[in-house]
Amino acid sequence: MAGSPPEGRPAGRLRRGLPALGVFVLFLAGWEGIVRLLHIQFYLLPAPSEIVANLLGHASFLLGAAWYTAQEAFIGFALGCALGILVAVVSVRWRAVADTLLPYSIAANSIPIIAFAPLAIVWFGVEQGSKIAIVAMMAFFPTMVSTIRGLLSPDPASLELMRSYGATPRQIFLKLRAPAALPFVFTAFKVAASISMIGAVVGEFFGGVEHSLGVYIISQASLFHTREAWAAIILACAFGIAFYLVIVGVERLVMPWHVTLRR
Amino acid sequence: MSMPPRAMIAVDHVSQWFGDGAGRTTALQDVTMVIAPGEFVSLIGPSGCGKSTLLRIIGDLIAPTEGRVRVNGKSPREARLARDYGIVFQSPVLYDWRTVLRNVELPLEVMGFPRQEWAERAERMLALVGLEQFRAHYPWQLSGGMQQRVSIARALAFSPPILLMDEPFGALDELTRERMNQELLTIWAQTHNTVVFVTHSIAEAVFLSNRVVVLSPRPGRIEKIVEVALPHPRGSATRQDPRFFELVTRVRAALRVE
Repeated sequence: MAGSPPEGRPAGRLRRGLPALGVFVLFLAGWEGIVRLLHIQFYLLPAPSEIVANLLGHASFLLGAAWYTAQEAFIGFALGCALGILVAVVSVRWRAVADTLLPYSIAANSIPIIAFAPLAIVWFGVEQGSKIAIVAMMAFFPTMVSTIRGLLSPDPASLELMRSYGATPRQIFLKLRAPAALPFVFTAFKVAASISMIGAVVGEFFGGVEHSLGVYIISQASLFHTREAWAAIILACAFGIAFYLVIVGVERLVMPWHVTLRR
Repeated sequence: MSMPPRAMIAVDHVSQWFGDGAGRTTALQDVTMVIAPGEFVSLIGPSGCGKSTLLRIIGDLIAPTEGRVRVNGKSPREARLARDYGIVFQSPVLYDWRTVLRNVELPLEVMGFPRQEWAERAERMLALVGLEQFRAHYPWQLSGGMQQRVSIARALAFSPPILLMDEPFGALDELTRERMNQELLTIWAQTHNTVVFVTHSIAEAVFLSNRVVVLSPRPGRIEKIVEVALPHPRGSATRQDPRFFELVTRVRAALRVE
């Protein structure tokens, strides 16, 4: 189409984002309008304006609590992903390890890890340690399974090409398997980033320090201080989304060649 | 030396079968041939006749069940490790995450060429296949024919004496294929590689080769070897030459023999 900016350019991306933004604004306006028109009690559903006012009123406490919780999410994410990649690399190098571990890993992946939260507190303490452990476990499995799939993704011809060069296993790993695995690894990172903030907040529901988002949400909600709880929830969402977007940004930097990023 | 002195590739009573017992399929049966240095030889035959298998045995991608291959006075494995082969597959097999230039540099990196030689050699090869202005492109930004030219440049980057080509233009349309044939001969005139070229196109085999080796349907045996004495350089006039048609007819007749 003549004159329209190509997709992917900032202007094109903005234009594509407009409908979503419009829906968001309409949703907020509708929410605000219904709460006001129907005189809904604030403890049932506070209006967005009230939530925002509350958020701004408690900004310094809330940001501090969110940062505390986000630290658990980041560190747990980093540990879980690093461990997942490590185990994947070892499994692919020694196939016997993969054959032994993979069935258990896939089975373990379906365990609701959050159920271990009370035990994690027993093992790692009521402070950040237990939440980091939960987030790390949640991030570990998708990262490991995806990385293994990625490392095994090169087709036979790509491997034969390396063989025809007399490449060493190390060269095959560094120049073929690792770059081929990157898209899989980043897909896993995006999944793990999204669940790590959730894991940290929910982990705190089972016990934590007062200046953390999870404990704050639980305690405020139990007092019917719903505006406070909503403000904290929105901040948790914002941090989760920001984390996800950071991963997307890194992905674009690291692999501009990938099919999903092509213009 | 039991082999003739001027053999670049000597295939000696090679047979290949896959599986065992009732499920055993014989892909090649007692194939013997000699390819001289600088010769361009095509292997042609119906699907499943083992022509690709023969190429893969020469290139040490599989080991023959019986018989022996000598390449440049060495076993195929020694020849592979001595970087005697450039291989071009049916699909270009370019690595998505590398630019065109970096794809051509790949064998140089793996084989431990000095770093300062990489770009210079790769750019010379890209110029040879006429893609120097696409050095910074990614493979997916190129057409199928251009991708296959990159793969040829990559196969030639480390100056191997032998080029093994496994239906490299099979996925291209007829016009692109004819243009690629022409370009391949131009390149070959400069590099003087020994070329083993697998194809199922009779015209392509005759146009390119010094000799066309016709294989029989499974199990693959050498049915006939057709000498192609057409003069070089070959071009569009070659395709109009009555001798060209006569050779095409002879190869076609050999392919139909039971």
